[in-house]
Amino acid sequence: MRLWLRCCLVVYCLQLAAVVMATAEEMPPFEKRSGLEFVSPETRRLQEDDTSNPGMLWVLEGERLWREAVGPTGPACAGCHGEAAASMRGVAARYPLFDSASGRPLDLQGRINLCRSEHQGAPPLAFESQELLALTAFVAHQSRDLPVTAPNDERLSPFIENGRRLYRQRLGQVDLACADCHDERWGERLGGSLIPQAHPTGYPLYRLEWQTVGSLQRRIRNCMIGVRAEPFDFGAPELVELELFLMQRAAGMPIETPAVRP
Amino acid sequence: MAAEAAADPKAALERRLGRRDLLAGVVSVATLVMVRPAVARPSLDAAVALFAGGREVQPGRVRFDIPPLVENGNAVGVAITVDSPMTEADHVKRIALFNEKNPQADMALFHLGPRAGRAAVSTRVRLATSQTVVALAEMSDGSVWSSSANVVVTLAACIEDLL
Amino acid sequence: MRSIVNVPKTARAGEVIEIKTMIAHPMETGYRTGTNGATIPRNIISRFVCTYDGEEVFSAELFPAIAANPLIAFTTVAVQTGTLTFAWTDDSGVTETTTAEITVI
Repeated sequence: MRLWLRCCLVVYCLQLAAVVMATAEEMPPFEKRSGLEFVSPETRRLQEDDTSNPGMLWVLEGERLWREAVGPTGPACAGCHGEAAASMRGVAARYPLFDSASGRPLDLQGRINLCRSEHQGAPPLAFESQELLALTAFVAHQSRDLPVTAPNDERLSPFIENGRRLYRQRLGQVDLACADCHDERWGERLGGSLIPQAHPTGYPLYRLEWQTVGSLQRRIRNCMIGVRAEPFDFGAPELVELELFLMQRAAGMPIETPAVRP
Repeated sequence: MAAEAAADPKAALERRLGRRDLLAGVVSVATLVMVRPAVARPSLDAAVALFAGGREVQPGRVRFDIPPLVENGNAVGVAITVDSPMTEADHVKRIALFNEKNPQADMALFHLGPRAGRAAVSTRVRLATSQTVVALAEMSDGSVWSSSANVVVTLAACIEDLL
Repeated sequence: MRSIVNVPKTARAGEVIEIKTMIAHPMETGYRTGTNGATIPRNIISRFVCTYDGEEVFSAELFPAIAANPLIAFTTVAVQTGTLTFAWTDDSGVTETTTAEITVI
């Protein structure tokens, strides 16, 4: 075979492999299933009824915090953003976003804390604190039922790539990667529990196991402890990159905050 | 990091606890281990007998809705409905819930009366493990009725405990 | 403590209405151990009372077996236009109260 023909063939095969790999990593739209489809009917009913969904207690608290002035000089969130139902609609469906100041992706709770320090003259809220969970749940709730939009920002590409790498990296003494369960074995069982696809669309959510609302970061750390790996610290860049990748993987799925999961 | 930890485990632990202090509010680090009461708890039959105050407990008239299999024992939805006209002359006075294997037999005690209109209550309970749960209704005429259910409780696959 | 109560705004006289209540509370059982091996002290809502224009129409005694962020749903007869008051009391005697108005036609 002529050299140029052979080169073309190699290039073609490489491109084909790249396309196949890319589509194999991403979930085809028809396959995407919310974690809601993997829970018991009772738990599903809990999420779908706002008067019994315990997560709504945090959304309610978040609404109160939204209107509360922070300290003697700082404005309330409402002072700049007005009614959250209008100004925050669609926000959670687009996060994490690229933050020019830090040159890194920024998640919703990071954005809230940035607003606090830059515009409200207040210290950041602690990770997993009731206030931060309530505010994040309230803001994310304003995007409920809206589809997740994959970021169209070139600057995020290297971070999405890192998130994808972390998602496929084997971890811990149990030596499992996220993909091993959530891409390859969703629908099967781990112990008595059905394995979901691990979409982040319902966070912050009320987890029956926690008996409270918690963040995606807490859930990922929980999984890492489960495979006996040293979990990333709250706020670690790896956790934000994982969230960024997971949101991209969940593109098109509706936001469910506050979800209820076992 | 691992080498440092090996050289000075106490410092490593302090660093870890220091990081934990960042978490304001209560992050649940409680283990699934429960403190067993020093005195064995009353049996389910004893708790039911105490509620009935010596009267006969008859099965019936109570409809007890509780799922037979729950994916997490921390929040099990229950609904109890009692067949009763709820009039001044004939109504449900109390509805009680007891269990077999939690540290304590009592779960809830509801006080009703003719103002309720219907004898229907719902709540969410905790079940420590697979067990029998009993719903009792005490009527205005003193009679006591019951319904029981067996519930299988599964646990979460991965524990969050860092220790 | 944040609470959500669900009461119909209007009802016909004599109609039996459904009321759903939920309040944020950890309902700490007193049976769990913390990191240092010490028992986490019990802290639960032990009593819930609903009054209708001052008259008690429903109450509940709660025990540690009631799930966190307790939901209590019950019924009452819509007798007159008025105020429904809901009171949750914890072990230390602290009471949280909220009200809802109902118009009875």
